[in-house]
Amino acid sequence: MRGETATAPAPAEGSGGSSLLSRESLRRLAQGDLASVRVVLGLALIWIIFQSQNDRFLSAENLTNLMLQITAIGLISVGVVYVLLLGEIDLSVGAVSGLAAGVMAVLNVTHGWSPYLAITAAVLVGTAIGLLQGSLFSRFVIPSFVVTLAGLLAWQGALLQVLGSTGSINITDPKITGLANIFYSDAVGWIFCAIVIAAFAAVVFIGHRRRVAAGLTAESVATLVFRIGLVAAISIVAVAVLNSDRGVPLALLILLAFVVGMEYVVKRTRFGRHVFAVGGNAEAARRAGIPVNRVRVVVFAIAGSMAAIGGIMAASRLLAVNQGSGGSELLLLAIAGPVIAGTSLFGGRGSVWTALLGALVIGSISNGMDLLALSSAVKFMVTGGVLLLAVLVDAIARQQRQAAGRV
Amino acid sequence: MSSNGALLELDEVSKRFGPVQALDRVDFAVHAGEVVGLVGDNGAGKSTLVKTIAGIHSADAGRMRFDGSEVKVSRPQDATRLGIATVYQDLALCDNLDVVANIFLGQEEVAPGPGEVSRQLDEAKMEHRAGELLSSLAVTIPSVRTEVGTLSGGQRQQVAVARSLLGEPRIVLLDEPTAALGVPQTKLVLELIGRLKERGLGVVVISHNLANVFEVADRIVVLRLGRAAGDFKAEQTTEEHVVSAITGIGEGGNGGRDQRNEREGEE
Repeated sequence: MRGETATAPAPAEGSGGSSLLSRESLRRLAQGDLASVRVVLGLALIWIIFQSQNDRFLSAENLTNLMLQITAIGLISVGVVYVLLLGEIDLSVGAVSGLAAGVMAVLNVTHGWSPYLAITAAVLVGTAIGLLQGSLFSRFVIPSFVVTLAGLLAWQGALLQVLGSTGSINITDPKITGLANIFYSDAVGWIFCAIVIAAFAAVVFIGHRRRVAAGLTAESVATLVFRIGLVAAISIVAVAVLNSDRGVPLALLILLAFVVGMEYVVKRTRFGRHVFAVGGNAEAARRAGIPVNRVRVVVFAIAGSMAAIGGIMAASRLLAVNQGSGGSELLLLAIAGPVIAGTSLFGGRGSVWTALLGALVIGSISNGMDLLALSSAVKFMVTGGVLLLAVLVDAIARQQRQAAGRV
Repeated sequence: MSSNGALLELDEVSKRFGPVQALDRVDFAVHAGEVVGLVGDNGAGKSTLVKTIAGIHSADAGRMRFDGSEVKVSRPQDATRLGIATVYQDLALCDNLDVVANIFLGQEEVAPGPGEVSRQLDEAKMEHRAGELLSSLAVTIPSVRTEVGTLSGGQRQQVAVARSLLGEPRIVLLDEPTAALGVPQTKLVLELIGRLKERGLGVVVISHNLANVFEVADRIVVLRLGRAAGDFKAEQTTEEHVVSAITGIGEGGNGGRDQRNEREGEE
């Protein structure tokens, strides 16, 4: 099939079969089509800078911490990517993540529900909120910005209500705390690694065979082997590093599973194609018979559900839910991440991988500045600067596309 | 001439929007393998007529026959089911998607598998069929995986027309297919219309550009103020005749009232 790899350097949209030469690649880079390559280079730069300032930054222990730190925000960003692809915004995801975590904690701790039921109920709360906000937005044509801003306030209030007078609930159930605190043994880690590589190779080769069978131009076998090799190398290095500390964390596997699964939905299924179509030109989508409003409602439901899942992971890591859960900069960082990594704010362009990449960039900056013991003042200003830089790059890429006659 | 063996036939169709009588007992017909140019001044009812055929508006009165039997078209899906495809002037393509995705938009092929939701798009099949479709229309596009936003206006129009053919329609309605196109681009689109005709399709072309209409149409139907104001065989008439039918000048009646509109419709 088309050139997407399970790793970073995936073209945002289809490259025409076998890759063209470097000049074409450079043009595409400038126009933002290879945004993820740009981000990987940026991430490498960030890592080099922090490593040069503090040689603990790239240690196995710190990298494992980094993975745990980005799980919640990355999961929330997965839903945000869907909303951004529509060209909309969901400002309530932070508050929804807090409320869902609060619901889970109250049901599990106060009411004694089983952890599975409590988690399911919390995710359903997120789904229901998304359905509600999506319906209000699409039925009454209220800007999503306003609907979800109202949601932001309302769900923060709901969290305070749910938590009651204590304002904080500690989570002790091992099933819930395990989500962010289980690490697998070395052997299990290597088994996961083998499964990932084998599955990726199978997908690549089956896609290749289908194209050949349909008589279409297909990538050369050398390119396929290179892509598989790249994924294998990244997986092996990642597992080796994680194994040399506490092992592969369950949290990372959960994040990766959602990223891969939701990327599959958005790039390979009919529904995902419709999301891109609505984000690109809603009127054209409507005339093509796509149920535009249903797509919008489902996308907001996905955003709400992913926010809830992110909130559950955050609570699991913190071992508690309090009045600040899902508050402060979480929302802005969850939106900033995918944008930094190349999902357009203008809709119709992006990939779920940007949720992971963006979380890595933001997480790395935050983690590195913590290691350097910088103040919150500096952290906020630097993160703001990085976001502005990323949006500028997105806008410039858009202008380049327009200058090249593309909209 | 409109009654023998017409593929699509409209009989005294009327449509009113509030105080405006957009269509007033209009008769209209298209035969297989025929290109009908639909011309008229702004507000003459051309778009309303096409939208009525396409099921976007439903007619207040009148009858519609398709292939000899009476039909009711009240939704776009009804028209699609009959085999009537519409290519709109604008707003019809997603610039962020490639040619294949646009051609199959809303009618994507999926690979067999469990679950309606999780089924994978059959990209290989779609790409193959899109390539066949485009080459059968002699459309030349660098790659079917090109993003539509990067294409020229003429190429975009070609993609839009190709997309309308996916459901194997018998009639194609084209709303201003050459508006805002340069000369070579216009030529491409007119050639494409000729190939639709060769395939035996009935084609209706709305255009302001009489030169284009004369180049491609077999028959020219003129609307004025919501009424049929002329039905000419293209080879037996001249631009002057058609213009006077459009403006109502030199025909008696209320021509004087419309003089200010003379030839304004050119742009």
